[in-house]
Amino acid sequence: MSTTTRVFEGGEQGFATTRLDAFIGWAQKYSLFMYPFVTACCGMEFFSMTSPRYDLSRFGAEVPRFSPRQADLLWVVGTISQRQAPVLKRVYEQMLDPKWVMAFGTCASCGGFYDNYTTLAGIDKIIPCDIYIPGCPPRPEAVFDGLMLLQDKIARGDRTPGIVKPREDPAAGLVQLHNKVKAPA
Amino acid sequence: MSQKVLDILKSTFGSAILETKSEHGDETAVVATSEWRKIAKFLRDDSRTDMQMMVDLCGVDFPHREPRFEVVMHLSSLNLGHRLRLKTRVGDSDGDGAEVDSVVPIWPGANWFERETFDLMGISFLGHPDLRRILMYPEFVGHPLRKDYPADKTQPLIALREGFEKLPPFDRHEGMSFGRQVFRSGKAD
Amino acid sequence: MEPLDQELEEGELELPSEPMSLNMGPSHPAMHGTIRIVMELSGETIMKTDVQIGYLHRGFEKMCERGSWTQVFPYVDRCNYASAMLNNVGYALAVEKLLDVKTTERCQYYRVVLGELARIADHLTCNGAMAMELGAFTPLLWFIKGREMIYDVLEEETGARLTHSFGRVGGMAKPPSPNFKEMVRGVIPRILGILAEAESLLLSNRIFMDRLQGVGKITAAQAIALGWTGPCLRSTGVPYDVRKAHPYLVYDRFTFDVPVGQDGDNWDRFMVRLEEIRQSGRIIEQALDQMPDDGPINIDDPRIVLPPKDEVYNTIEGTIQHFKIVMEGIKVPAGEAYGYTEGGNGELGFYLVSDGSGTPYRVRIRPPCFAITQALGGLITGLMIPDVVPTFGSLNMIGGECDH
Repeated sequence: MSTTTRVFEGGEQGFATTRLDAFIGWAQKYSLFMYPFVTACCGMEFFSMTSPRYDLSRFGAEVPRFSPRQADLLWVVGTISQRQAPVLKRVYEQMLDPKWVMAFGTCASCGGFYDNYTTLAGIDKIIPCDIYIPGCPPRPEAVFDGLMLLQDKIARGDRTPGIVKPREDPAAGLVQLHNKVKAPA
Repeated sequence: MSQKVLDILKSTFGSAILETKSEHGDETAVVATSEWRKIAKFLRDDSRTDMQMMVDLCGVDFPHREPRFEVVMHLSSLNLGHRLRLKTRVGDSDGDGAEVDSVVPIWPGANWFERETFDLMGISFLGHPDLRRILMYPEFVGHPLRKDYPADKTQPLIALREGFEKLPPFDRHEGMSFGRQVFRSGKAD
Repeated sequence: MEPLDQELEEGELELPSEPMSLNMGPSHPAMHGTIRIVMELSGETIMKTDVQIGYLHRGFEKMCERGSWTQVFPYVDRCNYASAMLNNVGYALAVEKLLDVKTTERCQYYRVVLGELARIADHLTCNGAMAMELGAFTPLLWFIKGREMIYDVLEEETGARLTHSFGRVGGMAKPPSPNFKEMVRGVIPRILGILAEAESLLLSNRIFMDRLQGVGKITAAQAIALGWTGPCLRSTGVPYDVRKAHPYLVYDRFTFDVPVGQDGDNWDRFMVRLEEIRQSGRIIEQALDQMPDDGPINIDDPRIVLPPKDEVYNTIEGTIQHFKIVMEGIKVPAGEAYGYTEGGNGELGFYLVSDGSGTPYRVRIRPPCFAITQALGGLITGLMIPDVVPTFGSLNMIGGECDH
């Protein structure tokens, strides 16, 4: 457990020690089979992500495997209550190595604004988590950002914790993106 | 709007209707606990009231009052268009002895509503076919919606992970504690 | 050994029969939130069920008691998260009932349009998910495409796609944007086009019809006794819609029909929701025609509504008003009220108890799908396991609302 904080810039390169590791990392990151553990409102954004506009299959990650034995990325989408916690832990334990866990949304990362008798304040209280995506619910673009950071981590074979600093938005130079809905064609 | 329902109740049950009021467009009747099921059955069967649907059943906790809880039931008639709120008061200051007859034999839809009131408030319903916890897990101790149950007291089912720290700045002692209403004894309600 | 073409009674075959217990666990792929159905089966037929909810109980009612009346809006949004605007509007109307105030005309039309857009999004999600679970994946993707158009409009208006927390007591958080009417008028015909395409795929498909018709039937009398409201009740033949029976906002100024089914089975619930999307489109068009283009959105009451920012910074009254409303909360007079509106699933009610301070004493949400889901056990008893999936999907149980 490190005592200094690693700060990532996003898009870090190479720690994989051999070319074989690098190749395996590349194969794993572009073929993640997900187990969608969907509970709450973030599920609506999850639906949107798998739909044609924000297409998840361009990342190779759209295949849901509804058995934990066949999945390698556990998407914890939505609030986990104390009653749901043993279920989540059991699903995590049934997954085979190598496995990664994504906390989708604020409630899964830290409990959100439900700090009460019934909510688990973040899934990392019961299972180790690899990437936390904040947002209530996070926009699909934010989830893709998190997914790509996770893919970088997988490619590097990295399991150390770290904080990702705010980065330059590559689309910042483009003109207004928000005029998406036009008059009837 | 439903003033005539209150008049019918008062003329039929007389002293069992402890109070009635009409405010904000709603009519309310507070009844004696022993007549709860009779009044409910009358409201469903009488053709002048015809309350076919039980809309909601819940409890409200007034810890400084005696009796402590209020069981509140909302009824509505689809054909005649009027609504009523029926209330009764149960329970002593420790929260024990809060029992009221179940209306499940009259409206089967009251089943889960009564289970929820039992679960969160601790009010028992006599004659309910299956009175057990519904929203909380069976191992939970206490009734969370009561005013003396602290909002953030958790009862975890499984042991939490030890030996890991969240990276700064999100340590668990950081952040704002925001609770505006703290249960203080002696506060007038 | 008897010849196989002889008629045999069930009882003559000595087969061991022990009921098998199957658990459709809290994490299952029918993506409707989390619910656990414990079934006792004989073969593939369900004999007894126990529907267990509460896996998404987030303590909504307890959270509302620690904050101000306005701080409840984000919590309320996340109850029925498929149609978040309807929850906002319902709660705002309930608090306004307790305060005995009425919002401005323009605000009422604005609330109607945003609410109906949210209702369309809810019905699209429900029907799309139901079709997907029966194997028809394409209509789901088309409906999600339609839903994305609605989210675009809501994002332009409120800033967020899904959980906007846009309602306020006495008005809305911001006035409509300048091209609001054009945007909505552009979106509605496209959604109705998507609906027509999906209908042509689904409604004459033999498999789809056989799986939904006659399955999960309930009679009108049973439904009323169970407390059903909304599209599920209307599918049994009862034309009860809160917008027509007890009109609120400006719903009495629009002409729209209330679609009603006949048998109360899954097919009728599916069709009622499809038709309701069309009726919501009609309401939106009429509302946009009648909505005034200028005028205030918030009422002019300093005890309830935040003042505009330039007054807060430049006048002392504005500063004090802002301070009191934000720090102490809106002082709702002591009393109680039950405010009800037509939510996505039925009669969404809020029973509010106030003690005169700025913090709510009790906020009780009457979730429409709580009453509907309690019938699930009875509906699926006697059906087979594959019938559970469309039956449960047609009830549109939203976990955040059912478990509040």
